[in-house]
Amino acid sequence: MVRLLLLLPFIGLMIVPFYNVWEPHLFGFPFFYWYQLAWVPLTSLLTYIVYRSVRRAD
Amino acid sequence: MLTDVDSAAFAVFIALFVLVTGMGFVASRWRKPETLAHLDEWGLGGRKFGTWITWFLVGGDFYTAYTVIAVPALVYAVGAYGFFALPYTIIVYPFVFAVMPVLWKVAKERGYVTAGDVVRGAYGSRGLELAVAATGVLATMPYIALQLIGMEVAIKALGLHGEVPLVLAFLVLALYTYSSGLRAPALIAFVKDIMIYIVVIAAIAIVPSKLGGYGAIFTAADAAFAAKGSGGILLSPAQIVPYASLALGSALAAFMYPHTLTGIFASSGGKTIRKNAMLLPAYTLLLGLLALLGYMGHAAGLKLASNNDVVPELFKTLFPSWFAGFAFAAIAIGALVPAAVMSIGAANLFTRNFWKVWVDPKVTPAGEAKVAKITSMLVKVGALLAILLMPTQFALDLQLLGGLWILQTLPALVFGLYLNWFSSTALLAGWAVGLAGGSWLAWSDGLKPLHSIDFGAGKVAIYTGVLALALNIVVAVVVNLAVKRVPQERLSREAA
Repeated sequence: MVRLLLLLPFIGLMIVPFYNVWEPHLFGFPFFYWYQLAWVPLTSLLTYIVYRSVRRAD
Repeated sequence: MLTDVDSAAFAVFIALFVLVTGMGFVASRWRKPETLAHLDEWGLGGRKFGTWITWFLVGGDFYTAYTVIAVPALVYAVGAYGFFALPYTIIVYPFVFAVMPVLWKVAKERGYVTAGDVVRGAYGSRGLELAVAATGVLATMPYIALQLIGMEVAIKALGLHGEVPLVLAFLVLALYTYSSGLRAPALIAFVKDIMIYIVVIAAIAIVPSKLGGYGAIFTAADAAFAAKGSGGILLSPAQIVPYASLALGSALAAFMYPHTLTGIFASSGGKTIRKNAMLLPAYTLLLGLLALLGYMGHAAGLKLASNNDVVPELFKTLFPSWFAGFAFAAIAIGALVPAAVMSIGAANLFTRNFWKVWVDPKVTPAGEAKVAKITSMLVKVGALLAILLMPTQFALDLQLLGGLWILQTLPALVFGLYLNWFSSTALLAGWAVGLAGGSWLAWSDGLKPLHSIDFGAGKVAIYTGVLALALNIVVAVVVNLAVKRVPQERLSREAA
C-alpha cells in the first residue's frame, strides 16, 4: 500500500488549474513556480518512504 | 574563423575540451574489464555501475545540452508553457522507480542488452522485436542531431564561426566512443555534470542580484509578454490540457529511449535504480531553475536574433569572459555525453536486433562488439551530415515525431513485465496503428505536437503522442480479444 504514495506526484502535478495562479508568492516566485519546484523534494521524500518499505525485496 | 574570439573564454574552453578528450580515451582502462570486445562491456560498461556513476551517467544523458539551451529558450519565447519540462521530469521518477528495476532484472538474468531483446524474450516475436528496435534507432537519430545543435550554439557563442570546430569536436567524440564504449561518457559525465551544476548555481545565485531579485525578474518578464501580446507568466486556459498531457506523455516516453535504457541496463541492480529515482530529481531542480534563465533574459533586456541565444547571451552580458567560456564549455561537453550514449544505444539495438537476427546469427560476442562500434560511428556521422546538409528545422521536426514514435513501444516493452495476456500480434498491431496514426495526425497538424479534439463543449488540444498511445492500447486490446477468440471458436466448433 505504501507504493500508492508514488501516485501523489502525478495527482499533484496533473491538477494544473489548481496551481496556475499568482498568489501566494514565495521569495518573489508566483505560486505556479514554487508549487511545482516544491514537488521535486517532495517526490524524492515520498520515493524514499517507499524505498524503505521495499528495499528488502531484493 | 577566429575574428571575434575572447582569448580568456577561448583558453578555458579549449583546456576543458582537451581534458575531457583525454578522459574519453583513458576510460577504456577505467574499471578495466578482461576484454572490451564484448557488448556487455563496450555497450553496457559491464553492468556494474553503482549508485553514483549511474546518477552522473543518467543525469548527464537525460538532461542534455540541448535541454540547457532549448528549455530557457522556450520559456523566453512563450513563458509558463515552456515549464512543462518541470512536471515532466518530476513524474518520470516514480515511473522509473516502479518499472525499471523489474526491467533490469529480466535483462540481467537473460543477458539482454536492448529493449528489442526484452520484447523478443517476452513474446518470441521477431516482428515485434524488429519494430521496437527500428523505432528506437529512428527516434534516437534526430536526438543526436539536437545535441549537435546545442554544441553549435555554444561554439558560436564563443565567437568561432564555420563548421570546422563542430566537425572536429564530433570526430573526437566518435573516436573515443569507438575505443572506450559506454565507459567514456560515464567518466566524462562526472566532469560535465559538475560543470553544469556550477554554471547553473552561479547563474541563479548571481544573476537575480544583478537584475533586482526574482520578484523583479517575474515582473519584467510579465511586462515583456504583455507588450508582445503573446505568452505569459501563467498558462492561458487553452494551454492547460496541452501542458499536462505534454508532461505526462514525455515522462512515459523518456525511459523508452535507447540512451536512457542503456543507462538503466548498465547499472548494478534494482537497488541502484531505486536509489537513483530518489536522487535524480536533484537535476530536475536544476532544470527548473535553469528554465528561469528565459525570464532573466527579459529582465536583462536582451535583444536576440534567435531564442536559442538567450542562455549564451545572458552569460556574455552578465559574467566575466573566462566564466562565459567555462559555461560554453559546459554546454558543449554536455552535448558529448548524451550523443555518445545515444549512439551506443542505437548501435546496441542494430547489432542485437537486426545484425544478429537477420544478417549473421552465428556472430560471436567479439563480433557483436565490433559491429556495434562501427555502427556507433556511422550513426554519429549520419547525425553530423544531417545537421550540416539539412535545415535545422528538419531535425527539430523529426525529434518531435521521434518522441511520439518511441512512446508507441511502451506497451510492448512494459506490459509484458506485469501481464501475460497480450499476444505479440496484438501489440504489433497497436504499435503500427499508434505510430502511423500519430504521425499522420502530427503531419496534418503541420508538425505541431498538439491535436485539437472537439468533445462537444469546445475544442481541447492534447499532446498527439498521448492520443497515439491511447489508440495503440485500444487497438492492442481489441486485436488481442479477436485473436484469442478465433482458436476458441474453432475449438468449440470442432467439439460440436
